[in-house]
Amino acid sequence: MEAYIRGIGNISPQLSWDKADFPAAMNVYEGNRLKCIEPDYKEFIKPIQMRRMSRTLKMGVAAAGRCLRDAGVDVPDAIIAGTGLGMMQDTEKFLTAIIENEEKFLTPTAFIQSTHNTVGAHIAVMLKCNKYNLTYVNENLSFESALLDSMIRIQERSSENVLLTGIDELTDAYFTISKNAGFWKEDIASNAHLLEHSGAGSIGGEGASFFLVTGNEQADNYARFRGVSTFYKPSSDDETLAFINDFLASKDLEPKQIDLLITGMNGDPKSDAVYERMQKMVFADIPAAYFKHFCGEYHTASGFAAWMAAMILKTQKCPDGIMLNGQQVPKEFKNILIYNQTKNTNHSLILLSAC
Amino acid sequence: MNRVVITGIGMITAIGNNVAENLDSLKNRKHGVGPINYLETTLKAELPAAEIRFSNEELASLAGVENPDYYTRTALLGLIAAIEAFDDGINKYGITDNSRTALISSTTVGGMDKTEKHYLDYLQNDTYSHLVQTHNCSDSSMKICDRLGLRHFNTTISTACSSSLNAILFGAKLIRHGLADRVIAGGTDALSKFTLNGFNTLMILDKKHCRPLDATRTGLNLGEGAAYIVLESEEEAEKYQKDIYAELSGCANANDAYHQTASSPDGYGPYLAMKEALDMSGLKPEQISYINAHGTGTDNNDLTEGLAIGRIFGNKIPPVSSTKPYTGHTLAAAGVVESIYSILAIREQLLFPNLNFSQKIEELNFAPVTTLQKAKIDHVVTNSFGFGGNDSSLVLSKYTSNQ
Repeated sequence: MEAYIRGIGNISPQLSWDKADFPAAMNVYEGNRLKCIEPDYKEFIKPIQMRRMSRTLKMGVAAAGRCLRDAGVDVPDAIIAGTGLGMMQDTEKFLTAIIENEEKFLTPTAFIQSTHNTVGAHIAVMLKCNKYNLTYVNENLSFESALLDSMIRIQERSSENVLLTGIDELTDAYFTISKNAGFWKEDIASNAHLLEHSGAGSIGGEGASFFLVTGNEQADNYARFRGVSTFYKPSSDDETLAFINDFLASKDLEPKQIDLLITGMNGDPKSDAVYERMQKMVFADIPAAYFKHFCGEYHTASGFAAWMAAMILKTQKCPDGIMLNGQQVPKEFKNILIYNQTKNTNHSLILLSAC
Repeated sequence: MNRVVITGIGMITAIGNNVAENLDSLKNRKHGVGPINYLETTLKAELPAAEIRFSNEELASLAGVENPDYYTRTALLGLIAAIEAFDDGINKYGITDNSRTALISSTTVGGMDKTEKHYLDYLQNDTYSHLVQTHNCSDSSMKICDRLGLRHFNTTISTACSSSLNAILFGAKLIRHGLADRVIAGGTDALSKFTLNGFNTLMILDKKHCRPLDATRTGLNLGEGAAYIVLESEEEAEKYQKDIYAELSGCANANDAYHQTASSPDGYGPYLAMKEALDMSGLKPEQISYINAHGTGTDNNDLTEGLAIGRIFGNKIPPVSSTKPYTGHTLAAAGVVESIYSILAIREQLLFPNLNFSQKIEELNFAPVTTLQKAKIDHVVTNSFGFGGNDSSLVLSKYTSNQ
């Protein structure tokens, strides 16, 4: 079960839109919030449509357009989406109207566009794509769920082109809500200080990570997804260890064959301690990196890590400032393992290899 | 290919707290639509709904939950139904190793019932911070996993009104590919002001009891509920000599790709979903004994679904009914609620009536079943179609062993 990455469309707080920029120097953001650098939407969306579209939807449509064009595919055979929180802007708009107007004088547009499947559905309408269409909404396993379904789809129908997506937007209102709930570090100077700041929480982020994946092997593909596995609330580190070892064994890999481990370290001491323990137990000699200072913490951040891994495998170059503890950048990249979890709850492993 | 079978069922809807009560209501034309009592909404006076007649505190006690304030209504309903399915398909057989039991749940608005109550607090202070993450669609799924002790793969699907049929479809894939030994698949949705007002702005809510597949229909009634089924391979079920309810012989997902909320005029997406599900089952249309229609009662759905049925079944349309007048439209849960009704139709060899029917839709060449009838039922098609053109269909079959 392997899925080749044929096309990419990525919108993030970094210079990820144009692949020629990779590996660009990290954009530095003051404070505890990272915002996407939005592309010029006019290339993908008519102005008349744009007025009614939320920021998430615009990012999704543009990332899909870019990704399909990159792959040379007009209409995919399946659209499989992942989003942790879905369409927050339209949800907030309709909810606020209900509260402020005491359930009177409401209009349907925001409600219609608030459903979690809106991005996948909108792309289907735009492309007249009648095929398989699903949206997964499972916090920080949303992208992983969509990836697993994409890989199963390709195993069943190897010639198919699947549009695999991960998208989440951090709206102003949700940033305030999550700040009040203590999600984000207070008084952090910038994203460059993510791991130096010892306070609880992380920094907020967002992004759209779109991939066109297929069973067709071609020399100029970016990379290949070789597997994804998830695990919920381990009762001990030994269980987590077994989960990681079982996954590697299922791919006939030993830990030392991993050229780069990309961890989801997010600066929260409670979450990061888990990685540190697992690094000692399984990955002691494996070069390890992190990525959330690039994109911030959000439910589909592992999609950004997958983008970064694919670009590293393709270019054999690594962005500056991602290695942990001043470790050396590996000379060659064949296998990259992404390990993400927050607060020892939802764990996921994604394995990518060079083509 | 592994045959996928159903070995456990559990549900709560406005017509019963469990499967047995639901069956009793179906047999006795006891519907659950009436005035709204528990949901705090100014629309109470004008819009009926199929509300479950329990407060959150009462639901918490049914679910065996100690601190109801920490649970959304969506999670409480989900727990009640998932525990019943788990007991029925797993616990009852003394199975204690659930290291390869997955949960595939679904919901449309997650914990909106709490969010809409505390939204301004969330924005202004940290009084209700402990509830912020209950908004996430995964919250009810995680609570189910915690309660049932599940550590394996779990996920949540949200494709509007077709959500739980897609949960079953994806669950079946995990079984066929050997990625899980058992899957608990289904969905949960509580009534919320958000959805009630949303559907109201679309002007598709009937102010009276809904009349699906009827020429005089004027809209749907919203409902709430949760339901789950246990899926596994035939081989796994045989290992424990399980009582098999039915076989999942076909399932498909297609997209209408026409409009965010309206179906295409000829119901192309619904047609594709039914056709592909039939193709997968290897059955011919004439082998289908019953169709449990999506049949919401809206002008658009019932006409386009009816046309799609006509396109597949021609002039040999099997008995059709919509059970939504009993339960209301339970949104994400609708697909799995109606899958269980289809399973009960097979088990009991009974066709359930389409309540409130009086006049055939002119453009269609069939009228729904209106009375409870004994019938030979081997294969059932059940449909769920949603916003975003997300259309799914299942074929459920009477289980017969090859041995």
